Amino acid sequence: MSTLFRYSPLLLLAAGWELIVRLGLVSQLALPPLSHVVLAWVDMIRNGELVSNGVSSLWRASAGLALAVAVGAALGIAMAWWRAANAALGPLVEMFYPMPKSALIPVTVLWLGFGDGSKILLIFLGCMLPVTLGAFNGARGCDEALVWSARCLGASHVRVLWDVVVPSALPEILNGVRTALALAFILLVSSELIVAREGLGYLIGYLGANGTYDAMFAVVLTVAFLGFAADRAYQALVERLLLWRE
Amino acid sequence: MQGRKVERGGSQIVIEGIDHLYRPPRGRPVLALSDVSLEVRPREFLALLGPSGCGKSTLLYLIGGFLPTERGSILLDGVPISGPGPDRGIVFQHFALFPWKTVRANVRYGLEKMRLSRDERERRAQSFIDLVGLTGFEESYPSQLSGGMKQRTAIARTLAIDPKILLMDEPFGALDAQTRHLMQGELLGIWRRSPKTVIFVTHDVQEAVYLADRVAVMTARPGRIKTIVDIKLDKRDPGIAKSMAFIDAVDEVWELVRDEAIKAQEARVSP
Repeated sequence: MSTLFRYSPLLLLAAGWELIVRLGLVSQLALPPLSHVVLAWVDMIRNGELVSNGVSSLWRASAGLALAVAVGAALGIAMAWWRAANAALGPLVEMFYPMPKSALIPVTVLWLGFGDGSKILLIFLGCMLPVTLGAFNGARGCDEALVWSARCLGASHVRVLWDVVVPSALPEILNGVRTALALAFILLVSSELIVAREGLGYLIGYLGANGTYDAMFAVVLTVAFLGFAADRAYQALVERLLLWRE
Repeated sequence: MQGRKVERGGSQIVIEGIDHLYRPPRGRPVLALSDVSLEVRPREFLALLGPSGCGKSTLLYLIGGFLPTERGSILLDGVPISGPGPDRGIVFQHFALFPWKTVRANVRYGLEKMRLSRDERERRAQSFIDLVGLTGFEESYPSQLSGGMKQRTAIARTLAIDPKILLMDEPFGALDAQTRHLMQGELLGIWRRSPKTVIFVTHDVQEAVYLADRVAVMTARPGRIKTIVDIKLDKRDPGIAKSMAFIDAVDEVWELVRDEAIKAQEARVSP
């Protein structure tokens, strides 16, 4: 009930959309009525177009993101723990962090072609640094007293890294991953729009070029919903992982 | 009162000519400890007492092996200290519990590093949780506990692996007065039942006199050992804190600390 109430502005927006098009306030060429969009969506689900392209997009996003989280977290923690790692990698991270990652789209295509590889590499490169930075800050903020306590309880210097530093850094790592999750969707769709033969971004571009705008809007809404659902699911996961934080 | 003359054979820890330079991330290095020598006997309860900033915690961290010894030496049973180890347990003022672990998992942590059967490990963790009066809170996270309960967990965690030496860094400093008083009594009880060497850092004169066999009074920065006072009180007497002998001992130690406390304050006012 309260959830329904919370999202009632969305229902209003949907009703307003349908209404202004039906009343002729906006041309149907610029904005097809929502009902047509829904019908187009149902069609594309039936003929499998949306599912097959969706699966290929989600595979690219999850593979790139998983790599980014694993490598990014390891790099960040290594930089916080070993001065040499920080000296070697710190300046690179600083340089590449503010760079707009979409600029790498042509580069990754040049290296890995039009298929999955270039998208996964792009998402990996684009999403890694927020995780690295989160892990670095989290690990650096690790309380020395916890490290010393673990050593006094018999943990080796290396063991402390896994037992104390990683869990200490976890909240910040998870924050970085949330940023990365949003970036993954942006990079996925923009790279598929520019050079791809399948995927949701490709589908948006293809349908738009063909003038089938109701279908194009259906895919845009699908992407928006996937992004929202992913963020929500992620937040629920984080809440469970950080149950100890009160 | 007694000087630094302790026969060498009877000492467990021998600290000789320690200097320690504290290097803040910004600003000039500060000499925190200067020519500190001290001997600690097996199974004694030694208090390190001094004004804040005198380096008493630093000295404790050097014994713990958390900080490198740059000048002088610290021998434990004749062997120089080269890092932290399970022979020296630590209890910090702010507990230093693993916040992502429950009370039980915190107490179990050190036991997991020992070669014990699962049953033995669980049994031992439970017995130390019971010992500190936390029965029923095994599955609570530190964030759900009061300060006193957190410190009980930390003490159980350290005692569980049975270290030879217990290093305590103002362990009751963050607790309210009543809890502190209770915990002091319990610590004495635990120590009497299974005596081990305790080095207890505090700036509270009453606490030092109440708990310790010997009180090492430190000077204001740079810290050195000013004197060591032998406390000859019967710690089993529950009314000891109200006795004349106790009050006299507190007075005696307070006289020694007062000048240093004033110096420490002046040093803080004029940079």
